[in-house]
Amino acid sequence: MEPATAIRTHQLCIGYTGRGQRRVVHPGLDLQLFRGQVTALLGSNGAGKSTLLKTLCGLLPPLEGDVFIEGRPLGDYPPGELAGRIGVVLTERTQAGGISVYDLVALGRYPHTGFFGTLREQDHAIIRAALETVGIADKAQRFVSELSDGERQKAFIAKVLAQECPIILLDEPTAFLDVTSRMETMVTLRRLAHEEGKAVLLSTHDLDTALQLADMLWLQPACPDGTTPRPVICGTPDGLVADGSLGRFFGNDTLRFDPVTRRLVPTRTGQ
Amino acid sequence: MLVLVLVVLFFTGLVYGAVRIPLKDVIQILLGSYEGREAWRHIVLESRLPQTVTAMLAGGSLAVSGLMLQTLFKNPLAGPSILGISDGANLGVAIAMIYLGAASYLTTILAALVGAFVVLLIILGFSRKVSSNVMLLIIGIMVGYLASSVIAILNYHASADKVHQYVMWGMGDFSGVSLSKLPWLAAFSLAGLLGALLLIKPLNALLLGEAYATNLGVNVRRARLLILICTGVLTAVVTAFCGPISFIGLAVPHIARLLLGSSNHRHLLPVTLLAGSCTALLCSILTVVPGSGNILPLSAITPIIGAPVIIYVIVNRKNIHYFN
Repeated sequence: MEPATAIRTHQLCIGYTGRGQRRVVHPGLDLQLFRGQVTALLGSNGAGKSTLLKTLCGLLPPLEGDVFIEGRPLGDYPPGELAGRIGVVLTERTQAGGISVYDLVALGRYPHTGFFGTLREQDHAIIRAALETVGIADKAQRFVSELSDGERQKAFIAKVLAQECPIILLDEPTAFLDVTSRMETMVTLRRLAHEEGKAVLLSTHDLDTALQLADMLWLQPACPDGTTPRPVICGTPDGLVADGSLGRFFGNDTLRFDPVTRRLVPTRTGQ
Repeated sequence: MLVLVLVVLFFTGLVYGAVRIPLKDVIQILLGSYEGREAWRHIVLESRLPQTVTAMLAGGSLAVSGLMLQTLFKNPLAGPSILGISDGANLGVAIAMIYLGAASYLTTILAALVGAFVVLLIILGFSRKVSSNVMLLIIGIMVGYLASSVIAILNYHASADKVHQYVMWGMGDFSGVSLSKLPWLAAFSLAGLLGALLLIKPLNALLLGEAYATNLGVNVRRARLLILICTGVLTAVVTAFCGPISFIGLAVPHIARLLLGSSNHRHLLPVTLLAGSCTALLCSILTVVPGSGNILPLSAITPIIGAPVIIYVIVNRKNIHYFN
């Protein structure tokens, strides 16, 4: 059975506008994000992974083309309603250090509470469940600033869970994390996708973990000005290993992708 | 706890002054059952009571303005004067005093309000064009400098006695608000403070930054506009009635965060309000020079309380959790 489509783009052109000028990051994107799967977005620095994520969740307007969230155009959603469909975990600095982990996760209830943001008993239950799911319930009363990087990432994922969105976008959630926290974060996201049927899209530089734990890969090539844009390659890890796409995507003069060990290795291994 | 401090300071403000009036008599005067000296009754009801209430309202208003600006601009050094609103009010007063020859208090107040709102409109105009809060902050500072330099030029051309009059106003003062003017200050202040209370939910979301706030469904542009209007009204009305008062808006939000521990506006905003009232009352009490009947200008006292707090906060910012 074909999994349900969470996000679909049609001839989407992402980039920035400023002072009447357009800077195209990537044109002509036709992508599909499915529910119940973890999709990892890979690409070199500057390929436009963050730009793509921000465009998909409506933080950046598309230059051209359309984004459909659960079949409906992104622009048709009122802000409050969109907040209940897509939740994000970003890399930007926050001033959240001075609030408790519980208060941070409670902010995820923002689109679901009334004018004064008063939490009802069911909201508290959802917050507690979100804290349990990511395994950070014991730190609920700590300040966000007291958390390690890994715990902080978990707290923000709990915030997204409290937001109760079927779609979760994460910008490099495993960057700066040690290997254990990185795996734990990925396992948590996998559980959310597989058990709760959420669509999870995360950008990452961590090829190993992506190959091991993601259900789908999106390979986003850089698109320098004046070159013919290459499309984003989508497929399962096994499929992309088998058909050599990963080899072509990551291979260059000094590195090649070894399909057996699934690692990048130097082209000349030395003597 | 803070409420208790506020009550103690409130009565201290009524008892303590150039003339000391016993607490028993103060309470009787307030209850209307006082049979003693008419002069004391006059001092308490016509001078000290309005001054004390003014200090509470002004302190709370400035502190809450400062808190909202610090959250909005993600900058712990933002304060009500930073947007240039108090400088705008200043300029309005300078023009009124020096050029219109205004001796009447009402004209001064109107001029301050007009000046403050002109600057506010300029800032609001820029806020449509400039999306970054830091840039908007810098524009606010620049507008403030422009207003100050216009004031300096005006002073240069004005006669000595008018400059003196203006300089006296510029010292800041809680005692200039008489019982009859108090309802106006109270109405504007309370309206602004009520607006601030209604903004608690978006203020909390803004702690996560504008992108997260947008993703949570906050209309960031509108929230920013409402916050600016709210702080504008609060700052303008206090500056108009009491003159420019430095440091309360900047320092009190830090005092409140350090006392409370949390940056959650649901608790922090009321605590900041109370702490602002307490601080302003304390400053007002400290202006009375002990043993003599002399009164120090308010602008001599507020930095003594405020500046050490800011220095402490900056020096210890690595260990203060709300910075990290």
